Amino acid sequence: MSTPIILLALAIVFVIYLVSTYNGLIILRTRIQEALSGIDVQLKRRTDLIPNLVETVKGYAKHERGVFENVTKARSSLMSASSLQEKAEANNQLSTALKSLFAVAEAYPDLKASSNFQNLQRQLEDTEDKVAYSRQFYNSNVLDFNTKVQVFPSNIIAGMLGFKAEQFFAATEEERKKVEVKFE
Amino acid sequence: MTIYSQISGNKTRTWVIFLLFIFLVSGFFYVVGLYTYSGSEYFVIGLIFSFASTIGSYFFSDRIVLLSVGAHPASKEEYFDFYTVAENMSLSAGLPMPKLYVIDDSSPNAFATGRDPKHAVICATTGLLSILNRGELEGVIAHELSHIKNYDILLASVVSVLVGTVALVSDWMMRSMWWGGIRRRDDNDRDNGNNPLFLIFIVIVFIITPIVATLIQLAISRKREFLADADGALLNRNPKGLARALEKISQDKHVLSTATTSTAHLFILNPFKEGKKGNWLLGLFNTHPPTEERIRILRGM
Repeated sequence: MSTPIILLALAIVFVIYLVSTYNGLIILRTRIQEALSGIDVQLKRRTDLIPNLVETVKGYAKHERGVFENVTKARSSLMSASSLQEKAEANNQLSTALKSLFAVAEAYPDLKASSNFQNLQRQLEDTEDKVAYSRQFYNSNVLDFNTKVQVFPSNIIAGMLGFKAEQFFAATEEERKKVEVKFE
Repeated sequence: MTIYSQISGNKTRTWVIFLLFIFLVSGFFYVVGLYTYSGSEYFVIGLIFSFASTIGSYFFSDRIVLLSVGAHPASKEEYFDFYTVAENMSLSAGLPMPKLYVIDDSSPNAFATGRDPKHAVICATTGLLSILNRGELEGVIAHELSHIKNYDILLASVVSVLVGTVALVSDWMMRSMWWGGIRRRDDNDRDNGNNPLFLIFIVIVFIITPIVATLIQLAISRKREFLADADGALLNRNPKGLARALEKISQDKHVLSTATTSTAHLFILNPFKEGKKGNWLLGLFNTHPPTEERIRILRGM
């Protein structure tokens, strides 16, 4: 075989590799964006449930004004958060505020017995799970993408085309402990 | 083995089973045609019948299976935990939400069926839903979603419909011969006493049974259950949930009345319970790895 043919073959192989790596990166990045909007849907659900909850608890426990203020404040900062990190922080803040709200509710047996409250509590707990799982899905997609961006030889092409590693959605300390699993 | 090779492996095996089934059934009808001197009409019937069954089993296996176990759709209002846990696990797996069905039976068990993640069904018994808490239910549903994700459901559902069909056909042949529905065109009535077709039939049964058993084993290598256990644990990051669920399910001694040998391999745990010696066929259909081993591995994760 003559040299030009070998060179041509190498060039074709290189172009195919380039195109497939580029497409792979684009697909992974689209998945990340999808996963991110999945988190937003769940965060929105969560903020939507809160006014109802606050009203219900207020009906039984008017005097715990500080708790309500904390929850409302955390809710509005979550709604106005734009960057990923802000959202993660506001979400954690809201979790803490809600925890104290539910702790307060413990002291009011009538409230705890009300079916409306139980229903809201159940839905909020479920929404928290949903936030956690959509975040986990987002993070595993980010992991796939970042691996490809950073591992040789696809990192060269990613660097040339301007792909950068994406940010993880951080969990709270407490949640991190919960999800710690050892795989052998 | 990556998830992608699992998926393509399952699709290939489904095709192999389709071809094998068509070959087997039309071959069987061809032999009957030869015996009765009726030319190619039996062969054509066999061909049409086997093609129709394979196409039917591909598109409708989920509905057939659900019908055969007597399941009805589950609503969010009535089964809040089942519904929301399934939503959560689908979020975690990045899969579309499967349709949910419930069997009214106190024996705790669950299975998944369908042809791909977009046409998937998870079905649980009311017994299962009443004894498991949310964490344990997450484990079971994550396990079923892993079967959905790697197309185990396609292969398993198709096999269960086709095996059911073979059972139906052989049952029908048996009855036909018993009542003399199939006979040589030149036969006289008095020859029926020692019909050699009975001998052929018995030989065929002995040939078909191991083939059917092999089909099922093709579909359900026990490795699949371990893989689905491990993949499922990745979805909710809590292998102990499934371990506890398996313990609870295996402690229950009720037998699921609507399950049959052709659907047994679909379930998360053998619906006939381990150690039942009644049917020698069940030995061939050893569809599930020992539960103790699965629990031990999950606890060790």
